[in-house]
Amino acid sequence: MIKYICKRLVYLALTLWVIVTATFFLMKKLPGSPFDSERFNMMSAQQQQAILEQYGLNESVPRQYVKYMGNILHGDFGTSFTYTGQKVSTVIGGRIGPSALIGLQAVLIGLAVGLTLGIIAAWRHNSGIDYFTMIVAVLGVSVPNFVAAALLQYYVALKWGILPVGFWTDWKCSVLPSIALSFSATAMIARFIRTEMLEVLEQDYIVTAKAKGLSPMKVLIRHAVRNSIIPVVTILGPIVVNLLTGSLAVENIYTIPGIGSLFVDSIKANDYSTIMGITIFYSAFYIFVVLIVDIAYSLIDPRIRLAAGKEG
Amino acid sequence: MDELFVKAYVDESEKEHIARPNLTALQDGWLRLKKNKAAVVCLFTLIAIGLLAILAPEFSRYSYKETNYDIIYQIPSMEHFFGTDQFGRDLWVRTWMGTRISLLIAFVAALLDLTLGVTYGAVSALAGGKVDAVMQRIIEVLVGIPHLIIVILLMMVMPAGIWTIVVALSITGWVNMARLVRGSILKLKNQEFVLAARVLGTSTAGIIWKHLIPNTVGVIVINAMFTIPSAIFTEAFLSFIGIGMQEPKASLGVLINNGYQVLRNFPHVLIFPAIVIVLIMVCFSILGDGLRDALDPRMRK
Repeated sequence: MIKYICKRLVYLALTLWVIVTATFFLMKKLPGSPFDSERFNMMSAQQQQAILEQYGLNESVPRQYVKYMGNILHGDFGTSFTYTGQKVSTVIGGRIGPSALIGLQAVLIGLAVGLTLGIIAAWRHNSGIDYFTMIVAVLGVSVPNFVAAALLQYYVALKWGILPVGFWTDWKCSVLPSIALSFSATAMIARFIRTEMLEVLEQDYIVTAKAKGLSPMKVLIRHAVRNSIIPVVTILGPIVVNLLTGSLAVENIYTIPGIGSLFVDSIKANDYSTIMGITIFYSAFYIFVVLIVDIAYSLIDPRIRLAAGKEG
Repeated sequence: MDELFVKAYVDESEKEHIARPNLTALQDGWLRLKKNKAAVVCLFTLIAIGLLAILAPEFSRYSYKETNYDIIYQIPSMEHFFGTDQFGRDLWVRTWMGTRISLLIAFVAALLDLTLGVTYGAVSALAGGKVDAVMQRIIEVLVGIPHLIIVILLMMVMPAGIWTIVVALSITGWVNMARLVRGSILKLKNQEFVLAARVLGTSTAGIIWKHLIPNTVGVIVINAMFTIPSAIFTEAFLSFIGIGMQEPKASLGVLINNGYQVLRNFPHVLIFPAIVIVLIMVCFSILGDGLRDALDPRMRK
């Protein structure tokens, strides 16, 4: 187990290194500089030199790379180009709250709705609810999140006026974005748990449980649900990816001051250091989640042996 | 006692008689796919969408970039089936033009990462030993990278356009295919029929082409079926956040972005491209599931 975790940590470090390096050189290839505006061109050569020096852009690319890697190891992602004088880590840190809130709420909604639908669908196989669940599952992964978010905003917020259209003033503002973000998670969970439970319901121990006279409810909760919920952990990785990409669009649509909208804004402003910071942040977050999911899964389900399950 | 048991007469030629017509794996899969009503409906819907995307812009009086400021934001009518947008451009033509571009991007990207992925996976599985180990380590590092973020970075660096999106999508998309193909070839290459072929003197190339590739076609087709909708989604997503296709070119993402800007007053601008993209995604996903059931031998009852 410890050997496995160490191996995974080595890969984790390697993957992060690849990402940081790729990001750094891609940013250097970017057409235009963040200071290509008219005001910058009007400055004297000396002033321009001073600004480039302040941001460390006057050195050769390999030296910048070495310096950048060194700084990252110290947790320093450089200074933002658009938010004058602010450290990238500070800018990102200030934006984590809203993103984390809607992300968490989306996962909770997804779990609650997805598990309920999936369990009922499997329990009442081929019933109306089962078909409804399958439709939800297909639509949830097929409707692009930005379309869903836009339509929700239009109907719930604009037409019916139930919830705020956007902005970030109180908790109510986070409801619609969380719902919009939760669709894919709901669909994936519902579908997964349905398939999983249909399989579990055919196992011998379910027959045994019924035969020894347990009530259907008890069979469902004690045996069927318990055994089919564990593997849901494995799809947390893809769910997190969907949430990350979803947040880019959803935060923009609902004008939420989160990391997703910061990323899109930085892209539009050519703010290298912020883009690199967020890329590394997102990637690291994703990689850690996958690692934790793998470890958690092996701890929850003793049937799985990490060393044996190399393909996992 | 002996006379109680009469030896049954067996016609020697019957032993070699083939009761059912000889079917290739694909024909067999097609037979099973036909039984899945939903998948067949989706297949025909996709064909219809494909035909519309190819034909509709050609047989319309309007062009996708022709502006007419007298007829901006018209609601759907017989003149303009899907209405017009903020420049008076015909949305019927633009929607199908956008579908054409989205489908083109998706197919080319899927084809490219299929080629890359299959080659990588096959080489890795067949070479074995050190080559395989190194290639697998590389994959293990790459698989941890969140694709969309790298695609976004690539999009920023390269000039906007169809081919940029195709390249960005295929650079990041092949890893999964490579893993699947390697897995299934590793499983196949030690099976008896491959050994039999080798004993009968089939060359390595022959074994690869005649035995290994045909047996992995199922895996490849199924994976491609899921790659296409995800490519369509990614393209639309990039265009929506403003770094994909650029106006006046139409892709489904560009159209949806446009529609979103005026959703409050002119919902029809968003609705039609949104319906088309959802239809495409739904159909590919149901068809993909159907194909998996039809082609995956383990699903046979």
